[in-house]
Amino acid sequence: MTRHIVCAARDLPPGARKLVHLEGRPILVLNVKGEFHALLNICPHQGASLAGGILTGLVESGEPGDYRYSREGEILRCPWHGWEFDVKTGKSWCKPSRIRLKDYPVAVESGGALVEGPYVAETFPVSIDDDYVVVEVATARVAERGAAGG
Amino acid sequence: MNMNVAPGRVEAETRNVRLIADCDIHPTPNTTRDLYPWLDQRWRTHIETFGALRRQGVQQGPAYPKSQPDAARRDAWPEGGRPGSRLDFMQKQHLDANRVALGVLTTISPHPGAYQNPEMSAAFCRAVNEWQKAEWTAKDTRLKGSILVPYEHGDLAAAEIAHWAGDEDFVQILLLSRTVEPMGQRRYWPLYQAAQEAKLPIGVHAFGNGAHPITSSGWPSFYIEEMTGHAQTCQSQITSLVLEGVFERFPGLRIVVIEGGFAWLPPLAWRLDTHWTKLRAETPHLKRKPSEYIRDHVWITTQPMEEPQSRQHILDIFEWIGWDRLLFASDYPHWDFDDPARCLPIAISEDQAQRFFLDNALKLYGVDPAKAAAATLAA
Repeated sequence: MTRHIVCAARDLPPGARKLVHLEGRPILVLNVKGEFHALLNICPHQGASLAGGILTGLVESGEPGDYRYSREGEILRCPWHGWEFDVKTGKSWCKPSRIRLKDYPVAVESGGALVEGPYVAETFPVSIDDDYVVVEVATARVAERGAAGG
Repeated sequence: MNMNVAPGRVEAETRNVRLIADCDIHPTPNTTRDLYPWLDQRWRTHIETFGALRRQGVQQGPAYPKSQPDAARRDAWPEGGRPGSRLDFMQKQHLDANRVALGVLTTISPHPGAYQNPEMSAAFCRAVNEWQKAEWTAKDTRLKGSILVPYEHGDLAAAEIAHWAGDEDFVQILLLSRTVEPMGQRRYWPLYQAAQEAKLPIGVHAFGNGAHPITSSGWPSFYIEEMTGHAQTCQSQITSLVLEGVFERFPGLRIVVIEGGFAWLPPLAWRLDTHWTKLRAETPHLKRKPSEYIRDHVWITTQPMEEPQSRQHILDIFEWIGWDRLLFASDYPHWDFDDPARCLPIAISEDQAQRFFLDNALKLYGVDPAKAAAATLAA
């Protein structure tokens, strides 16, 4: 596993998102109400980039004619076909067991802790009094790419 | 602990390994004013004074709100315009990225073919056709237009087809699927006569406003019912074309069902054949089983593709329809876009893929493969 600094925490306020490429994978990092989440930015349905989707809420109903709206800002809708994903779990709403987004561990760590690593000083000019968003990703493999006609 | 900085980067430029034909691409003028260069002052004044009367109760736009703004992919909005309104954006996001060698334009927003005023319908169809040529096909030779026609007015539609016949920038005639009467009826025959003479297939794209409820049992409540209802419309249109004897009368006619689904086609043919063996005497003008007319005269575009639990079912349906009758379509830039790199649920052979993604369309639309390849290289 490799840990990557994505940005300073203050640069990703609640409701904001940032698309990064880590170990050959596109990863979307989101701040939902102060909680950070990192998801593979490939819709498992047909491959759209989820970064262009809207964060919305969940419409639920116990019976026709009755509805409630909840979890505002916690559901990411694919910009193409509208699949709804729970940002907290990566699961799709309609097929949670079969269609789900891969999620990655995210942490917010202080600059003071980060500069202790041996490689940081060379690659990233941190100011150590900030907090940073850090995503942990398995080390790179060959990136998969779909091809028409399989 | 290994720490890396993580800069963003753009997606790889090419996503697709093969050249493809995309048989359903939607260009859109930003506003009606974009069509003014090809409209007489008489019609400019008319639309600003009276507006466009469509065949439905609401005057502005469709009866059902779409699931995404402008029914478009949320990532398909170019700077300062509507999805499908800018060629350079479409080239970058779709034509180049997906290696589109032939892109068939299907302008449906607007498609003035069903305007109630016949002369207005004809004038606006002509303007959209001129616009397609000036703004799209002349600027990118990968793109070919579809001739919009005032399809509710057979003679006017025939005149529009005759006007463009032989122009290599146009490869088919385009109707919307919800017509005022079933498509086999005689009011539409002049259109079919002209299409046969021009040797152009007729694309029938889902949507339109025929003034009737969009399901056979009335007006539904939800957009999802409209989406699903397109299949009903296409079934009734094919049924009518077959049973009214249109394919018998116009043996050169080729129909392309666009965006209406297709999994319903085999059972429709089975049902028609079953009834025909018992009711043949009612329609003695038919010389063959209904399914034979369908196999000979109907092509289908595969977007949106039904997504069954068992993916093998899609292949079974492809087999019945025939690998020479299937056309890939993306529906770019609309929200239910099919990605050519991801749309097929299951692996197919190289020969099947070559036909499905490219060869069938080149043959149907009469586009020379060498020219299509050259257009791709030039882009």
